[in-house]
Order: sequence, then structure tokens, then C-alpha cells
Amino acid sequence: MVFTSYSNIISPLGFSTKENYEAVCASKTGIKKILFPFSAEPFCVGKIDEITIQKHLLSIANSEAYTKLEQLSIMSIQDVIDQSGIDAKDKRNLLIYSTTKGNIDILEGAYKNIDANRAYLPVFAKQLQTYFKFAHTPVVLSNACISGILAIIVAKRFIEQGTYDTVIVCGGDLLSEFTVSGFKSFSALSNEPSRPFDTDRVGINLGEAVASILITNNKELATPYNMQVISGASANDANHISGPSRTGEGLYQSLQYTLEGKNTRDIGFISAHGTATPFNDEMESIAFERAGLSTVPVNSLKGYYGHTLGAAGVLETILSLESLKHQRLIKSEGYHKKGVSGNITMIETHEPKTFSAFIKTASGFGGCNAAALFAKV
Amino acid sequence: MKKHIISYAHIKQNQVSVNGTIMFSAAPSTTLPEFLTELYKSMGISYPKFHKMDALCKLGILCTEFALKDTTFLADNPLNKIAVVLSNASSSLETDRRHQQAIDDKSNYFPSPTVFVYTLPNIIIGEIAIKYKITGENAFFVSEKFDAGLLVSYTEALFSEQTQAAVCGWIEVDNGAYEAFIFLTEIQENTNKNTNFKPLNQLTVIELYNQTIWTH
Amino acid sequence: MDALIEKLKGQIIEQLNLVELKPEEINPDSPLFGEGLGLDSIDALELIVLLEKHYGIKIEDPKDGKTIFQSIRTMAEYIKAQGKS
Repeated sequence: MVFTSYSNIISPLGFSTKENYEAVCASKTGIKKILFPFSAEPFCVGKIDEITIQKHLLSIANSEAYTKLEQLSIMSIQDVIDQSGIDAKDKRNLLIYSTTKGNIDILEGAYKNIDANRAYLPVFAKQLQTYFKFAHTPVVLSNACISGILAIIVAKRFIEQGTYDTVIVCGGDLLSEFTVSGFKSFSALSNEPSRPFDTDRVGINLGEAVASILITNNKELATPYNMQVISGASANDANHISGPSRTGEGLYQSLQYTLEGKNTRDIGFISAHGTATPFNDEMESIAFERAGLSTVPVNSLKGYYGHTLGAAGVLETILSLESLKHQRLIKSEGYHKKGVSGNITMIETHEPKTFSAFIKTASGFGGCNAAALFAKV
Repeated sequence: MKKHIISYAHIKQNQVSVNGTIMFSAAPSTTLPEFLTELYKSMGISYPKFHKMDALCKLGILCTEFALKDTTFLADNPLNKIAVVLSNASSSLETDRRHQQAIDDKSNYFPSPTVFVYTLPNIIIGEIAIKYKITGENAFFVSEKFDAGLLVSYTEALFSEQTQAAVCGWIEVDNGAYEAFIFLTEIQENTNKNTNFKPLNQLTVIELYNQTIWTH
Repeated sequence: MDALIEKLKGQIIEQLNLVELKPEEINPDSPLFGEGLGLDSIDALELIVLLEKHYGIKIEDPKDGKTIFQSIRTMAEYIKAQGKS
């Protein structure tokens, strides 16, 4: 069996999983209006407070030698190592890093004394390996918006294969002018807090976060949580590189493989991708209905954090695991009135519920989709 | 039941090698954009989407096309059970720099959505999926060098689930330098199919990767 | 109007990398999307950039593109109506 274990989230809503879960349960959001140099009007984004980062940096030796993403990643991974007591140097351990853009702020000229080669993802990952003295070169996965959830599925596959026993999956991406301007050119951004699956949704809020979780076959590490990764799959729409399939083909196929032969009665909710663009949410609703999941409650956590790209799948899985642990459904922030054609059930309030499993999904540019099923042991 | 590599293609130094033999050669002085256009024309295919792609995707599509040529790979395997597992060292940095240039100049500020969409390395997986209607598993890894061990080990893991075949390899473009190596692998029930097929393992992949004797 | 249409053809071929097309092969009245030139959703966004870059016209709501980008002629008419040709 492959278990989920200790975790950490660094985001505008806190620097630990506990802080983040409590903030979300209190309906706090990390979304604020920020003015960017290229646009007359401000955009709603999720940005981690710089002063809070500086405070936490005190725990890292020689922190000025690292980029912002390296600093946040070190903090996040360190928290997971501290909680679990695992030995980073152990040959049976691996780090999988999920990101779309890595040290993108190097391209923007954010640093004077940092080697520009750290814009290359393997060089970025090497910084983390050296800091923690990991035995193996970290595996870097960059698969657009499904990177985070796919990284967890990849970790599960490597563990089942017997290649590793314990994998730290860390996902991280920064809020940058690079991505904000790009999504703006796609007319995909919302000036207001985003409204996943709502009839008035107009687009994405971008956010930043780093999130880490331990995936392991070690029963002792799993004991405090007693949860496992049951199954997972990815699939491609083979339709368009930026537009989602109208019929939700790839997501539907991911769900089919993930749920094949599984008991779906115990599934308490679906943590959807829910970016709040008109086409993405519509596609997801169609895929959920096709997969026979119309009565399973759905939330999107993008209303709290915005879209944190390579971190999203890891962050949203961690919060969903907390949701499972506490037997509480998290409401889909920003949702008021159904604005998708697929028959789905949204979570409109925080509410207690008895359940033992949930599904996490994601979809992204390049036509990629992924789904995974998590459950209590 | 065996896992075999049935075909492979390698592009570098303005040459194309298929299954170890050089099939196309352009003058060493040819630039990457010129080389890609020349190669595309030489193949006699019409795929207007090709011209919209960035260099990474053009290179990936052409290399995949060469690997697939003269095979029955797409007919022999269910398209929804073919995975695409690719890797490189520079992710999409080549195109990232183009988007960054477009936003650096605030007086001439026109970031292009066509450029931005290619600032993700896995778009090449999407392009391959679209061209050949492949809908199976996806993964794009970024590693310092061509890592046969990672690709083989992950593909083996996929083969223990629903996946029956995979398009695997390395597609790298950085500051005009480039290399592409694609191999096709599948699970075969009938092991007598072709005795020339190579077993899927790390050593074989390294051997095939180093096999071509480049003449430039 | 005809001069504007010819200019637009060249700009569209360049901006959308339609390298296999010659300006004379494009019928100004045939649909840009679907059957006609076969453009897609990214091309539509790229046409918005084209209008802003070359003609200083801002389209804030991509939905407006649907009527403007029916054909090269409707694009030209829109540019004219904005007094930007």
C-alpha cells in the first residue's frame, strides 16, 4: 500500500498545513487586488506576504544565497522532514519537484548575485539536493497544471515498483509578471475574486504557493494519518493545446482508469481543478457527469488561493486529506449559482460529513488531465 | 509477454538517424529554424499547424514522425493506451525568453498568446497527442542530461497499469543548440513478431542513443 | 477598403504564421474560423493582439471578436468604422 503522510503548505494563508486548513475553514481567502506595471486596472491575485517570508527565513542558514522559490521550497521540505524525522540522505528516499516555471523571476532580472543558470529546472533542483544532501538527484516534473497531482501519482508508481520507499513530493510556483501577462493575453484573468463553476465566472486569479507531502510505503510514517493513494491516471484530450475538450474526453478517461473496479459509494467529494475560466469549468462538469459522479459534491479551492500552477495539485490534495481527516467538506469559495451545463453538485457551505474517500482532478494546457483517488486505510 | 523497443529516431547536428542509420543530412552551417523547415519539406507531409509551433515542438513532431515511419505502432496499439513520456534539460526556456522579451519592453507591450502557450514543455506532448490522436498517459520530466534510467523505469511502471505502449524520449532546444531522440516501445503478446526488436531496458536505450555515427 | 483588405491579409499571414498560404489565395469573404481558413481559439486571441498592435484598437471582451472576426472583410469594416485605417 502507498500512504500519504506529513505535509506542509506555504501560501498567503499560512506557513503550515494546519494554518492553511484553519484559514480555509474560516472562509479566509488569500486573494487581493494588485496593480501590475502593464495594466491600467489591478488584478486579483494570491501573493505571499514578503514580511512574513522574511520572518520565517531566519530558520534557513545563508538564506540570501537562495532565490525566493528555493527559500520557500527549503522551508516547506524542511517542515516535512522535521515532522516525520526521515533521513534525507537515505538511498530509499526521493524528492519529486513539481513546477511549471521554477525560478522564473531570474528571467525578470530579480537577482544580482544569483547564477542565472538556476532558471534551468535541474540546476534549481540541484540547490535543494545540495541543501538537504538527498542521495538522489531530484526528479523534476513539469506538466502544466496537472504537474502537482501527477507528481503524487508518479511517486506512487515508483514506490509500488520498489524503486523508492518514501518520496517527498514538493510543488511550487511563484506569482510572476511572466504568467500574469501570459494569461492576460489569453483573456483568461479575472479582475475580481474568481468564481469557479459559477454562472458569473470570468476567469482565473493567479496565486503562489509551495506545498509538500510525504508519500510512503512505511506504515510507521503513515500511522498518524491512516490514508492512502488508491489509484491515479492521466490522459490527453488530443484535441487542442490550449482549449479543453468540449466533451471532457481526457478528464473522463482519467476518471475511468482511476475509478475502475473501485467502490464509488464511499467517495465524499471531488476536489476539482475549477480554475473559473468559462471553458475549463464547463468541461469538468461534463466529464464528472459522464463519469457518473453527478451526486458527488464538488469543490474548487481556487477561490481561496487562486491558481498556484505547479503547486496546485499538491496543495489541494493536502487540504482535501485534511478535509477527509476532519470529516468536513470545504465549501467552494466564490460559487453562488450553477453556471455549467454538466449535472454536478457543488459544496455551498462548510459542513460535517461521514465519508472515507475523495477524488482529486486537474486539467491543463497541452490537453493534459489527471485524476487520483485517496482513501482512509 | 515482452516489452520491446520497435523503432527509434535521433536528430542532432543537422542530421537525422532512424534505427541507427543516417537518413537525412543538411549542411552543418544550417540554423535550427532553417533545418526544421528543410526537414519538414523533405518529408512531403502537409500539416499547417507545424508552422505555428515553437522550435521544441517542431523538433519533437519531426522526430516522432521519423520514429513512426514504416511502423505499425499506431495501428497495433489502442490509442488510449499509448503513453507519451518525454524529457529535456531546458524545459521551455527558449520560448520563455521570447515571452519575457515581449513583456520587458513596456513601450511596445504585446505579449503573444501563441508564444505564451509554448512556455510549457509538455505542449509537445499535446502536439504529438493531437497529430496522432494518442490519448494515453502523459509525463514530462526535466533532467540535467538524457536519463535513460528514469524514462525506462517510469515506462515500466506505466506498463504495470493500463498502458500498453509508449512514445518516449528527449526533446531539447536551448540557445540554438538542440537534440531529439525518440523511441517507441510496446508490450508484445506475440514475441515472434520481429526478431530485430530490442528489449526495453536501460542499457539497450543507452546503446541505441549512442549508436549513430554522426558524419558532421 | 481593398487596400486595407490586402494589408490585413499580409498581417494575418505574418502574425498567425500561415506560411503555406499566399495572400491571393485568401478570399476576403470566406470565414476565418472553421471551414474557411481553419483558424482556432489561439488565433482569435492573436487577432486581438494584431488589432491592438497595428491599429491601436482594444477589444476588451473576447466575445466581441465573434462578429468582428467573421471574415477579413468584416475585420476591415470594423477597423474603418473605428476610424483607424
